[in-house]
Amino acid sequence: MTRLPPALILGAALSGLFLAAALVSLLWVPHAIDGVAIANRLQPPSATHLLGTDQLGRDILSMLMVGAQTSIAVAILAVGIGVALGVPLGLAAAANRGSWLDEIIMRGNDLIFAFPSLVIAILITARYGPSATNAILAIGIFNIPVFARVARGAALPIWTRDFIRAAQTAGKGRIRISAEHVLPNIANLLIVQATIQFSLGILAEAALSYVGLGAQPPTPSWGRMLSEAQTMIYTHPMLAVLPGLAIVMTVLGLNLMGDGLRDALDPRLRRGRA
Amino acid sequence: MIAIRDLSLSIHGTPILRGVSLDIAPGEILGLVGESGSGKSMTALALMGLLPQGARTTGTALLDETDLLTLPEAALCKLRGNDIGMIFQEPMTALNPLQTIGAQVAETLVIHGRATRAEAQRIARDRLDRVGLSAIPLDRYPHELSGGQRQRVCIAAAIALNPRLLIADEPTTALDVTTQAQILDLLKSLVAEDGLSLLLITHDLAVVADMADRIAVMQTGAIVESGSTAQVLAQRRHPYTAALFAASAHTPSRRVHRADEPLMVVEDLHRIYPGARTLLRRGPPVAAVRGVGFTLHRGESLGLVGESGCGKSTLTRALLGLDPVQGGDIRIFGRSILPKMPDSTRAGIQVVFQDPYGSFDPRWRVDQIISEPFHLLPDAPRGADRRARVAEALRAVHLAPEDMDKYPHEFSGGQRQRIAIARALITQPRILVLDEAVSALDVSVRARILDLLAELQGAFGLSYLFISHDLTVVRAITDRVLVMQAGEIVEQGPTADVFDRPSHPYTQHLLKAAPRLPDMTERLA
Repeated sequence: MTRLPPALILGAALSGLFLAAALVSLLWVPHAIDGVAIANRLQPPSATHLLGTDQLGRDILSMLMVGAQTSIAVAILAVGIGVALGVPLGLAAAANRGSWLDEIIMRGNDLIFAFPSLVIAILITARYGPSATNAILAIGIFNIPVFARVARGAALPIWTRDFIRAAQTAGKGRIRISAEHVLPNIANLLIVQATIQFSLGILAEAALSYVGLGAQPPTPSWGRMLSEAQTMIYTHPMLAVLPGLAIVMTVLGLNLMGDGLRDALDPRLRRGRA
Repeated sequence: MIAIRDLSLSIHGTPILRGVSLDIAPGEILGLVGESGSGKSMTALALMGLLPQGARTTGTALLDETDLLTLPEAALCKLRGNDIGMIFQEPMTALNPLQTIGAQVAETLVIHGRATRAEAQRIARDRLDRVGLSAIPLDRYPHELSGGQRQRVCIAAAIALNPRLLIADEPTTALDVTTQAQILDLLKSLVAEDGLSLLLITHDLAVVADMADRIAVMQTGAIVESGSTAQVLAQRRHPYTAALFAASAHTPSRRVHRADEPLMVVEDLHRIYPGARTLLRRGPPVAAVRGVGFTLHRGESLGLVGESGCGKSTLTRALLGLDPVQGGDIRIFGRSILPKMPDSTRAGIQVVFQDPYGSFDPRWRVDQIISEPFHLLPDAPRGADRRARVAEALRAVHLAPEDMDKYPHEFSGGQRQRIAIARALITQPRILVLDEAVSALDVSVRARILDLLAELQGAFGLSYLFISHDLTVVRAITDRVLVMQAGEIVEQGPTADVFDRPSHPYTQHLLKAAPRLPDMTERLA
């Protein structure tokens, strides 16, 4: 067993911490977050409220934990949409390299890439109203071309290998070869890309919620906590710093994990380190 | 001039070289021969001070009075290029694709402060003329040149500063026979006319037999025999030298059961690639296979030889039903495989590829790999039955049935090629296409695989289509041979006739260029 890269361990620990917070909050939070108690508002950290309370008297630690649920759920589902649609498209493009299908898929990709993502998100919410679901859709659509490109790029060199020719002489078709031979051999790249897209998804969700296009009150969200804290940033800076810190730490953790996974999964890099 | 004494090398504690001693005199060609992993390239890298990290050496390697092993990096930098030049096996990757060839030859001169830019250009021109590229302007990029021309550019860069020693590590292994002959001639003339010494590293005894003044034979990190070329080749005192010699010229004993029953009939086959696409239009189409026709009979070994780019790979893909064709017909077992080869036909024609490393999915176990062609059978065996069939196939290629639960990376190159043969045999085909199937193997491994192929042919009555650029191997294993040039079959006939009395000028040219081991039995008598 080779030693795991330190970036992977640190990244996994950080991301694991926030995932754990989200999971715990499903069962238990220090204080209920729908309990508005104006009398308790803007308290400094204390034994009862470890991170203090916000302008409505809600416990900030509890808000952050429940907010993690929103961020993680949005990011996971958005990455899921990207993987579920993008990877098959990329594999199909690679299996039919140079054909009209390849052209259509890749030019379609270019088209999505050419749109500013925020504009699309605004369009969707303008038509269907702001909600976490629509945020997932908006972020997910932009993950499709990312995964299609990565899958196609990684699959093309696999298609030139002799074991693909061997599978062809065994009478297997393109779809079957893509599933049996190509996908497992590009999976590590896709996993790394998924962690990176996951962190970008968390950032995007925070950004959409910040401008009011994401999760709606009373669902807590890190982005909305930031925007609500905006007016009090000079008097009560902790209200903004804490959700900001949560976003930064999660994204940092996921990026470190992505880098670490790439090193750990890439056999060429593994050999280089040995 | 070069005196290596008792050089030992270990990398991270693994011993690589054990007590190597070598001498190279000025103006001499020393052939260093050995199979892969014998340590011959490491010996060269030690001389250049280019050993990988974690390498520890003992002993001395003197260039005149300086010990190359203890020299600091800065002094080594001065020495490389100045006193010792090196060329590598792969001319495709040894040149920077983004720089002109002139710049790459001139680079050495400028780095060593021997010339101003303008002078360096002039010297670069001179060196390129010297290696026979006088018709090629300095501002060409590597991709505009052929493999042989690129190797000439590498040589020009290596001799830019008139080094005293040139190290050539498998300089012609990646090249075709006719190109190989030209590059070897060039190296020979450099030594004869410019007084260079040459350390020629190769796995091919035939190459050194023709070139070297002296030969040193390496096995597992040690020199087992050295001496003058004539003496080493004639006496072969060490058993390893004898074995290497025998393996190079190995002819498996074959029982031929050729029947007059045609299994594969190819008629006037054409394969045309559409031209390269630019923005709106396509360039002119490229005809890679033009009017090829031949017949493969039952129990026969048919060779297909030709140099790279002659269309033999394209032809192979068409025969395996992997590519569409634009004209002609292919009938296998009396049935046309066009436009799409039926699975039942596919099961009867299987293939073994060249690269024992690239032909298996690294994530699959051996039993999965070998049983993959079962996909072609309507009633493929399952469970215990399937494992029994895989075990049987492994035994047929002399591997242990227990090997089926391992992964391909746990096997050596020769063993992998046996696995590839087992995979090809699993559907009990009648035709086996061997696409350069032994070209990537060491001579001794190659000899054993050829024996195995001969044995399997006898046991199962197989027909072989043996595609290779290696004329020695084709001669050893085929009954009839097709010679392909520029998409056409220019000559075909019984192997012995074609080799002994070639009628087409191209075949004559090809046979003349192939390096051959001198017939020592004659000389000893």
